[in-house]
Amino acid sequence: MTSETAQTAPLRAKMEARRLEISYGPKVAVKEIDLALPEHQVTALIGPSGCGKSTFLRALNRMNDLIPGATFRGEVLLDGEDVVGGRLDVVELRRRVGMVFQKSNPFPKSIYENVAYGLKVAGQNDKALLLERVERSLQGAALWEEVKDRLHESAMGLSGGQQQRLCIARALAVEPEVLLMDEPASALDPIATAKIEDLIHELKARYTIAIVTHNMQQAARVSDRTAFFYMGELIETGPTEQIFTNPRETRTEDYVTGKFG
Amino acid sequence: MSLQSRKAVGTGLTWVTGLAAALVIGMLGFILVDVILGGWSRLSLQFLTQAPSEGMTEGGIFPAIYGTAVLTLLMTVAVLPVGVLTAVYLHEYAPKGGRLATLVRVAVQNLAGVPSIVFGLFGVGFFIQFMGRGLDRAVADPGALRWGQPSLVWAALTLAVLTLPVVIVSTEEALRAVPRDWRDASLALGATRSQTLARVILPSAVPGILTGAILAVARGAGEVAPILFTGVAYFLPDLPGSLTSQFMHLGYHVYVLATQSPDVEATRPLLYATVLVLLVLTFLLNLVAIVLRIRTRRAASGGH
Repeated sequence: MTSETAQTAPLRAKMEARRLEISYGPKVAVKEIDLALPEHQVTALIGPSGCGKSTFLRALNRMNDLIPGATFRGEVLLDGEDVVGGRLDVVELRRRVGMVFQKSNPFPKSIYENVAYGLKVAGQNDKALLLERVERSLQGAALWEEVKDRLHESAMGLSGGQQQRLCIARALAVEPEVLLMDEPASALDPIATAKIEDLIHELKARYTIAIVTHNMQQAARVSDRTAFFYMGELIETGPTEQIFTNPRETRTEDYVTGKFG
Repeated sequence: MSLQSRKAVGTGLTWVTGLAAALVIGMLGFILVDVILGGWSRLSLQFLTQAPSEGMTEGGIFPAIYGTAVLTLLMTVAVLPVGVLTAVYLHEYAPKGGRLATLVRVAVQNLAGVPSIVFGLFGVGFFIQFMGRGLDRAVADPGALRWGQPSLVWAALTLAVLTLPVVIVSTEEALRAVPRDWRDASLALGATRSQTLARVILPSAVPGILTGAILAVARGAGEVAPILFTGVAYFLPDLPGSLTSQFMHLGYHVYVLATQSPDVEATRPLLYATVLVLLVLTFLLNLVAIVLRIRTRRAASGGH
């Protein structure tokens, strides 16, 4: 059973999971999740390693489809529409729900080609428009100033922090509505991490963001709402400040105070 | 073990492994020196550009060079698409552990173990008699024999079947070496599987695929048994004009010169020279392959 704190002003749920259960073959990884991602807010998913938060995140843009033997029950809704079956096909879903991975994974192409990739596969070939979008996305990811003179150089020549911001720019270029971030700063140094966190702060005005993090201080800094996962179950969800200062469940309190995990 | 005996073992191993390496280089060196010494005198521009004459004791071996080149080219054109597509199917589309995938893999492994001469017989039975005669019945005048006989096209196809396992295995390895991260990133951006394949995976796999192609070419260029019954001939003063022509071949030429020459002393220089040309051709092929692979590897991994 999930513990939910009442909100004062109801926010529209951009994405919602209803009774979501995800299994890898016979093993149930995530049980009976009811969780909404409010629009234009940052929701942090926290919990110890292996608790299912990444699995849950990947279900939102159906990346689990790629894992053989992965199945799920329940519903995932985007703007009220079912993401499986229904009128929404998976390619369209992934354009509207973007993802940034834990380990930055730029393609072995130029910086320009990386950012333009999503637009090109969607059929966009107008060079002027592509260039404009590339510039806008790189600015949105706070990377433009650093790379504007070397757009056609290889992306592999960037530093770790720059590569991750490039991946964010790449995800932003297709103008998604939701951004899923799976521990985006875990491989980065503190300065690069701070830049990413500032970025998230700016981005939430235009996007709905869900971020998986095992760094509780980061969750506290960056998110509006927090969901605590443990052993495949959603234990508690609520405003970040409340989760960290006055959680309702004992397990939540134990985790955020560092008693385990 | 005392320090002294450990040192002795170390030195001993260095010597033994060094000697083994030296043995390999020595064997290659011996072959090269022998061939160069025996054939160098006969090499000339004439030798490389003229047809043989005077009962194989005069003239050149140009038709054999030409035949080898054309045969190898046709073989490559035939084997690459089938091999690469099969590997792509096995890696990308086949359900993991599915029956078809397992069947194909077992077939490929067994194919790789078949002796070359058996491929030759297969070529005669399947390509020449079954397909060739069938084609003749369908398109040519009754009784005419155009496709149903040994020729370039059937020899090339036979070699293509022979080298198929090499291309499939190395292409699959090249595909497997592409990091999953890139595939995930591409799909998460809203690309379809085929777009991911065409834009991200295959371009990165090109160096490995090229390696497989070169290995196949190198193997195919040297094989003689599969072409014995499927198209090669000893003396054809005219160059092969069409797919249905027979052709001369360097490897086969060496075999005949060495075993069926009426005048052994007179043909020995020719034999050595032919072997030298064949070896140089093989080395050049491999060199082109290595250079191609280095350059595409640099491009595929995003360097500049």
